[in-house]
Amino acid sequence: MSNRLSLGQAFIFLLRRDMLLALRNRAEYAMPLLFFVLVITMFPLALGAQPELLARIAPGIIWVAALLAAMLSLDSIFRSDFDDGSLEQILLSAHPVAILVLAKVCAHWLVTGLPLLIVAPLLAEMLGMSTAAQPTLLLTILIGTPILSLIGAIGVALTVGLRKGGIILSLLVLPLYVPVLIFAASAIDNAAMGFEVSAQIYMLLAFLLLSVSLSPWATAAALRMSAS
Amino acid sequence: MSTSTLLETRDLGCIRNDRQLFEHLEFALEAGEMLVVEGPNGCGKTSLLRILTGLRLADKGDILWRGEPIDRLAGDYYEQVNYVGHHDGIKHELSCLENLRLARAMGVPSQRDLDDVLEQVNLYAYGESVVGSLSAGQKRRLALARLLATDSLLWILDEPFTSLDKASMEMFAALFEQHLQREGVIVVTSHHDISLPTLAIQRLNLGQPA
Repeated sequence: MSNRLSLGQAFIFLLRRDMLLALRNRAEYAMPLLFFVLVITMFPLALGAQPELLARIAPGIIWVAALLAAMLSLDSIFRSDFDDGSLEQILLSAHPVAILVLAKVCAHWLVTGLPLLIVAPLLAEMLGMSTAAQPTLLLTILIGTPILSLIGAIGVALTVGLRKGGIILSLLVLPLYVPVLIFAASAIDNAAMGFEVSAQIYMLLAFLLLSVSLSPWATAAALRMSAS
Repeated sequence: MSTSTLLETRDLGCIRNDRQLFEHLEFALEAGEMLVVEGPNGCGKTSLLRILTGLRLADKGDILWRGEPIDRLAGDYYEQVNYVGHHDGIKHELSCLENLRLARAMGVPSQRDLDDVLEQVNLYAYGESVVGSLSAGQKRRLALARLLATDSLLWILDEPFTSLDKASMEMFAALFEQHLQREGVIVVTSHHDISLPTLAIQRLNLGQPA
């Protein structure tokens, strides 16, 4: 009876809105990327002239920096919508909230995760990572960063109603990031030594599928709690 | 229950910070009726409105839409509801038109042209302007313009006239009257006097804060 938009159209609409907001708030959204680049460039300076050591710990450096950059950007997923009342309007939408949440998380990944993927090869080269390991590095970032956004969304949804949710958010989310960190860094290590990496990649893919299918529902439920 | 009863509450109760804000609250609204919720600050007006939208769960009792509990209807109920709360719910970085288009995408778009909607709330000249540059009253008018941009029967309005000038208040009062004539239902809290020629106004006084 109603002429409401199809769910797909609403999804695209919200995704485009969030991208547009990011475009108009460029400075805020460039912060995590800048942080990622700055942290990584500090390591060669701090470690001195030890190229072997640097190449050895490069996977760890890149992934820890990616993790912290993701943490830094998480709050922006729901904060402004919560503060100006847009979140209430999203919760009162005729569409399933979980799908709308997924649209917002997708936008967040496109704005904060994808840029990491683009600058990572440059940084890997700078740290002297072996060329054999670099495709695996990109693959782990491609699979891993969406997981960070999806898991982080649950944490933000739970803490967005709190005045000072920042510390709780990191305590809540970082332990859940650890498996991603372990498997991603181990995959790159193996690739650098010329070993098979499919086991770690499949594990990461499994995490991704799990978080895509479960996280939006958990996030939607947490948002309802925070908004009430 | 008559067949035209749209919104009905049964034995509704709300507790906030260990205080009973209200209990055994019952009312029924038929198509074309308006409920004005009155009472002093802190008596639970906003809580009641948020419970009616489904944003907040009632601590006790049921809310029925056409005889069915709203938590079972979910999306089918939200499609009928338009809520304008304390916060305007508009993005300051987007233009007026972009905001209204988003509101339409989230709800059920009405047949009206968005330019007409903006003209009706006297914001036509600001269609492409970024909302952040508008005044508080203009933002409020844009938030209320959502009511016209989407099609819904139930309007739930929390202090809709905040920061509006006298002419705008009269203009929106006339729009409320039109909505009631089209068999819509309105639940509203306001410290301003809402003077509509319609007779179908129920008043609910939530009384003293405990």
